[in-house]
Amino acid sequence: MKKILLATAALSLTAGMAMAEAHGKTIRMGTEGAYPPYNFINDAGEVDGFERELGDELCKRAELTCEWVKNDWDSIIPNLVSGNYDNIMAGMSITDERREVVAFTQNYYPPTASAYVAASEGADIEGGVVSGQTATIQAAHVAESGATLIEFATPEETVAAVRNGEADAVFADKDYLVPIVEESGGELMFVGDDVPLGDGIGMALRQSDGELRDTFDAVITEMKEDGSLNEMLKKWFGEDTTTYE
Amino acid sequence: MFSFCTDPSILDDWFWFSCYLTTGVHMSFYMSFLKVLLLLAVTAPVALAFGFGGAMMARARFAPLSWVGKGYIALVRGVPDIAFFLFFVIALDQGIEYLRHKALCSDWDMPIRQGSDFVVCQAAKMPLGNAAQWVHETYGFGLAVFTFAIVFGAFAANVLFGAMRAVPRPQLETAEAYGMNHRQTFWRVLVPQMWVYALPGLSNLWMVLIKATPLLFLLGVEDIVYWARELGGTKTPRFTDYPHPDWRMWYFLALLVFYLLFTRVSEIALDRLMKRLTRGQATTGGEAQRRAGA
Repeated sequence: MKKILLATAALSLTAGMAMAEAHGKTIRMGTEGAYPPYNFINDAGEVDGFERELGDELCKRAELTCEWVKNDWDSIIPNLVSGNYDNIMAGMSITDERREVVAFTQNYYPPTASAYVAASEGADIEGGVVSGQTATIQAAHVAESGATLIEFATPEETVAAVRNGEADAVFADKDYLVPIVEESGGELMFVGDDVPLGDGIGMALRQSDGELRDTFDAVITEMKEDGSLNEMLKKWFGEDTTTYE
Repeated sequence: MFSFCTDPSILDDWFWFSCYLTTGVHMSFYMSFLKVLLLLAVTAPVALAFGFGGAMMARARFAPLSWVGKGYIALVRGVPDIAFFLFFVIALDQGIEYLRHKALCSDWDMPIRQGSDFVVCQAAKMPLGNAAQWVHETYGFGLAVFTFAIVFGAFAANVLFGAMRAVPRPQLETAEAYGMNHRQTFWRVLVPQMWVYALPGLSNLWMVLIKATPLLFLLGVEDIVYWARELGGTKTPRFTDYPHPDWRMWYFLALLVFYLLFTRVSEIALDRLMKRLTRGQATTGGEAQRRAGA
């Protein structure tokens, strides 16, 4: 009796495995959901934004089934390498430091300008207190610039720090700051020059996932060539945004 | 949700709020309250069981068993919660997947550790890569309960260990004199009497547990504090129909009220429990109850 039970259990297990193979894998897409317009949670509670639209399109073209997963920014890379999801699309700039741990596709957003935003024209961005999000290239840049860096877990808090006077300025992706400055009614403004940082934004994958990386890379190339990526960039970042040639 | 919500920008305050507070994200926010309550409801008994087991082991006369029990209490109490939550959950998850991998994928020829990557075959994934999102969430929730139970179980074990020693020695001697063996003495005399000594410590733990739930987000479970921060953050009109400035203060105020109410309710319940447990006990509380009754 026991043997029969074991045999059926083993059979159903292998059958389950075979089915899993046949259905193809669901690609789990990790994102932060707190960085509009790249990714954010919309009124309905779903992941939305430039990366949602782009990611869905990439999956459609590559004929993959994809599912979005939210994860805290701090632990977004550890959870990728330990296999809780299969890639990251979270406005993540391609840097050499991150390349040591994860693999990136080619960028789907051209090298970004980062900018300072402050509450007054005369804010001291060279030697004052500047806020940035933990573990971003902007935070690293501020740390090297000679200003005092205060780090926050979410982008929202970095801006709030300027509003309440805790920081003289915030340093972040310009595209994230533009809508905030526009809506602030003159309370916040850009100061200093834009700073180009990083090698653009790309999708991060496990280094051992070469095949999946090549798949996404090919589809991104395709979208760059037929101009659909540029249209998406314009839709989410405005007509004046940098596009691909 | 309501039919008049199609264009919120033209609505009056009253209607605007009734629309705003019933959006999909707010529903997720309300759900997270239930999630936290469910977590507490499941974790508390499990942690108590862990604590009871730990205390029993620590008391064991068989030395190695006692070392295990004492080791568990000392180790978990000594490690910072956050480190434990970050390290233990990923390690536990990888441990489960490693075992499943060994059992299910014997023909796999690649190493599991590739640089910083942890790679197991598709069939060993826990839950399976193509499982629905709710399965992933339930699994994450289960991991959270287990981790909370281990951490709080260690504290509970220490409390119960102390409580078991606080039961007056003559009570046990009397039991022995009646001819009860060790097991009978433990279950019939020691355990019923120790709760009254354990309750102050345990109620303290319960209060700490209530407030430790924001640690959930470290485990990928979206709890009330995560949603309060997310919903309260500044919303610009480009990305939502309900733009508003930084409202985190109001959301956190709501959480404050929730936590205070919850604390009050817990206090009342624990007070009642204490009265019930004191009845007939050889403590000052029990004596006072006896006098009042007589």
